[in-house]
Amino acid sequence: MEDEDDLAGQMMDESEIYSNGDGAETQRHRPIISGEQLDIEAYAAMYSGRTKIMRLLFIAEQCDNVSMQLEALRMAYDEVKKGENTHLFGEVVQKIDGRLGPNYGPDSSWTDTVDHRAEQRKEKLENELNAYRTNLIKESIRMGHNDFGNFYYAHGALAEAFKNYVRTRDYCTTSKHIVHMCSNAILVSIEMGQFTHVTNYISKAEQSQDALDAVTSAKLRCAAGLAHLEGKKYKLAARKFLETSPELGNHYTEVIAPQDVATYGGLCALASFDRTELKTKVIDNINFRNFLELVPAIRELIQDFYTSHYASCLEYLENMKANLLLDIHLHDHVETLFDQIRNKALIQYTHPFVSVDLRMMANAFKTSVTGLEKELEALITENQIQARIDSHNKVLYARHADQRNATFQRVLLTGGEFDRDVRAMLLRASLMKHEHSLKVSRKQH
Amino acid sequence: MGGGMNLNMNSAESLVAQILGLSGGSAKDLAHLHHLLKQSDDLLLSSDSPPASLLSQLDPSVHSLGYLYILEVCTSGPISKEQSGEVALLIARFIEACKADQICLAPDKFISVCKRFKDQVLLVEAPIRGVAPMLTAVRKLQTSSEQLTALHSDFLLLCLLAKCYKTGLSVLEDYIYEVDQPRDFFLYCYYGGMICIGQKQFHKALELLHNVVTAPMSAVNAIAVEAYKKYILVSLIHFGQFSTSFPKYTSSVAQRNLKNFSQPYLDLANSYSTGKISELESCVQTNKEKFETDYNLGLVKQVVSSMYKRNIQRLTQTYLTLSLQDIANTVQLKSSKEAEMHVLQMIQDGEIYATINQKDGMVRFFEDPEQYKSCQMIEHIDSSIQRVMVLSKKLSTMEEQMSCDPLYLSKVGRERHRYDFEDLDSAPHKFNI
Repeated sequence: MEDEDDLAGQMMDESEIYSNGDGAETQRHRPIISGEQLDIEAYAAMYSGRTKIMRLLFIAEQCDNVSMQLEALRMAYDEVKKGENTHLFGEVVQKIDGRLGPNYGPDSSWTDTVDHRAEQRKEKLENELNAYRTNLIKESIRMGHNDFGNFYYAHGALAEAFKNYVRTRDYCTTSKHIVHMCSNAILVSIEMGQFTHVTNYISKAEQSQDALDAVTSAKLRCAAGLAHLEGKKYKLAARKFLETSPELGNHYTEVIAPQDVATYGGLCALASFDRTELKTKVIDNINFRNFLELVPAIRELIQDFYTSHYASCLEYLENMKANLLLDIHLHDHVETLFDQIRNKALIQYTHPFVSVDLRMMANAFKTSVTGLEKELEALITENQIQARIDSHNKVLYARHADQRNATFQRVLLTGGEFDRDVRAMLLRASLMKHEHSLKVSRKQH
Repeated sequence: MGGGMNLNMNSAESLVAQILGLSGGSAKDLAHLHHLLKQSDDLLLSSDSPPASLLSQLDPSVHSLGYLYILEVCTSGPISKEQSGEVALLIARFIEACKADQICLAPDKFISVCKRFKDQVLLVEAPIRGVAPMLTAVRKLQTSSEQLTALHSDFLLLCLLAKCYKTGLSVLEDYIYEVDQPRDFFLYCYYGGMICIGQKQFHKALELLHNVVTAPMSAVNAIAVEAYKKYILVSLIHFGQFSTSFPKYTSSVAQRNLKNFSQPYLDLANSYSTGKISELESCVQTNKEKFETDYNLGLVKQVVSSMYKRNIQRLTQTYLTLSLQDIANTVQLKSSKEAEMHVLQMIQDGEIYATINQKDGMVRFFEDPEQYKSCQMIEHIDSSIQRVMVLSKKLSTMEEQMSCDPLYLSKVGRERHRYDFEDLDSAPHKFNI
């Protein structure tokens, strides 16, 4: 009876394997997003402030497609001109290098006016701040420094901006002020790429006595997620992004779009979570579902991964790759994350079986048998898969370590080591004794 | 009584008479004879009759102590190369015949005679003639098998030069615990290590070399440096890796200096860790001269071939079957034929468990067939347990002895006092216990 059940189970598994392979598209009509070019305009619309410009410039720098490059630069140009950062403007102009016609050249009259205005404003701010200082009105001094911070930030002097924001700390009177100071410091630090500062100020903000409002705490979670991502701590990053509440909405566009939360969080979770965690913390997470709805591809690929449709999952990933590489925060980690996800998929695939036909498995992962063999070899060497490859028949056999034999081996080894160590120790003791008695006898003579 | 005797001691002849009379007797007689002999060095040197003629009147197996004293005088002068063979033969016969209990009364004399013997054997370039007598000498001089004598290192050197590694191993199998002269110990371990390397007993070789490297030393010495170099190479051959960190009981002198003298070897270990044959080969090429001048090139070559083995062994962890061609490709061998030779050799040496199917060029790997169920295995485990128990008993005896040792106690006591007071007061104090 049991045998029959087993047999049925096995047969089901087998049909599953086939469906992993070539049957995927025909069975489940799902729109697979194509690897078509990033819609830069739509992308840029998700962000605001400095990060928008920086992201556009990053795209221009990273992509090989000239028309895309120029499109990004054109939008960056328009965006910079809305602000007051003449230095960045110069850079953008230099990058465009006249390729977009006379309308996108250096605009000296605009630069001069902005610079002139900036001088005046700076003078005014200085006078104000000095007046506040003489009057010793705490709140006003704080405002003065804060204004200075804003001023420098707008003009792209990030280090100065950071200093001024941090200076307001001594004049903060309520916990709200402190949170405000922290948010500013975090924003500037993210722009500067100083993620240790980010972590510091997040913990300061979280220590605040009053409960943080939902939006602020969501912002802090995102920033923490980014900091962990930057430090390659993908599991922690995934946790932070998953904890982000949907109240975030479009309130943090100067740093991150809600779509990014889904992408970053989803990928980090796939790369670092085990199956149960994936189920409880990602798929069953109602909060996070709100984010996932914004990026259906990520939602689908997580679902595919969980339901073991690896081919389709990996296809989604492959399609997204080009665009993810254009992301200012993610691009460094794309390869690592993808490798980890792929390895995880390989491990999970082999896990339930006693033997796996490599040809079918290669099919399921859309790769060649030899390529798969190499991948499996690496995983076995790292002891991530307990199995051995029958390269002749192209079958992978699970290997169950014999506890008894291993114990015997270890015991004999440990015994040998103990034996050797003790004898060496006795010898050293003998030598030391000799040396000491020599010294003593020398002293006596 | 001593004075009266001295009057009679006016000639070498009467000394011989004393020897003849006292040798066969009790321990008391022997002690008396020893006393006489100690005073008669000058007499023997200034004697008209050549000491050699005196020897002919004595039987080395009966009058060992007296024979030893006269023999020592005989061989102390310059010896021409023609005489060397003869002198060596004379000493060899004495070593074979002498009584252990008599020569142990004058170990220094015996050691000096044996060392001269070694010199003569080397002078006539026949180290093999010295191996057997020297082994006898070591055994006769030893009061217990745990004692390291001053002759151990000379014996091992002769074994090395005569390539009698197996004879050397017989001495190395004894566990040594009592050491008098650090220099003897260093040489014993170094030569012993080389003999074990010659017999491919790398495990034992590592143990001996490790002893040299980690021995307490107050100044860096050439033996330790050479031992460290070989230690690196043998580690690579045996374990496939080398850890550059020293155990914490290593003397600070060794920790600070040994690496500076062995850079090419450390580079080699580094390139070994990449697992790539090509990198290892290029490292060998760049440092070839240094290895050659250190006489280590042969070992270095063994390091290279061990990497092939290591890489093939790694494959057995991953594959059940693999074609010879794939093996050749993965471990960077030139042809499948060469891979076959390597695999075959490794099967023969018991380093992997596999069968080769020549028809389709496939190798099938197996797990270690040892099931730890055989009587032999149980016996082996049992003997290991017994060995460890004996050792552990020895350890506690040693500890007991140590904690009663006045020298040790005075040292510890002094240090403790100094320490306590320094904590309280920075003014220097002197204590005498």
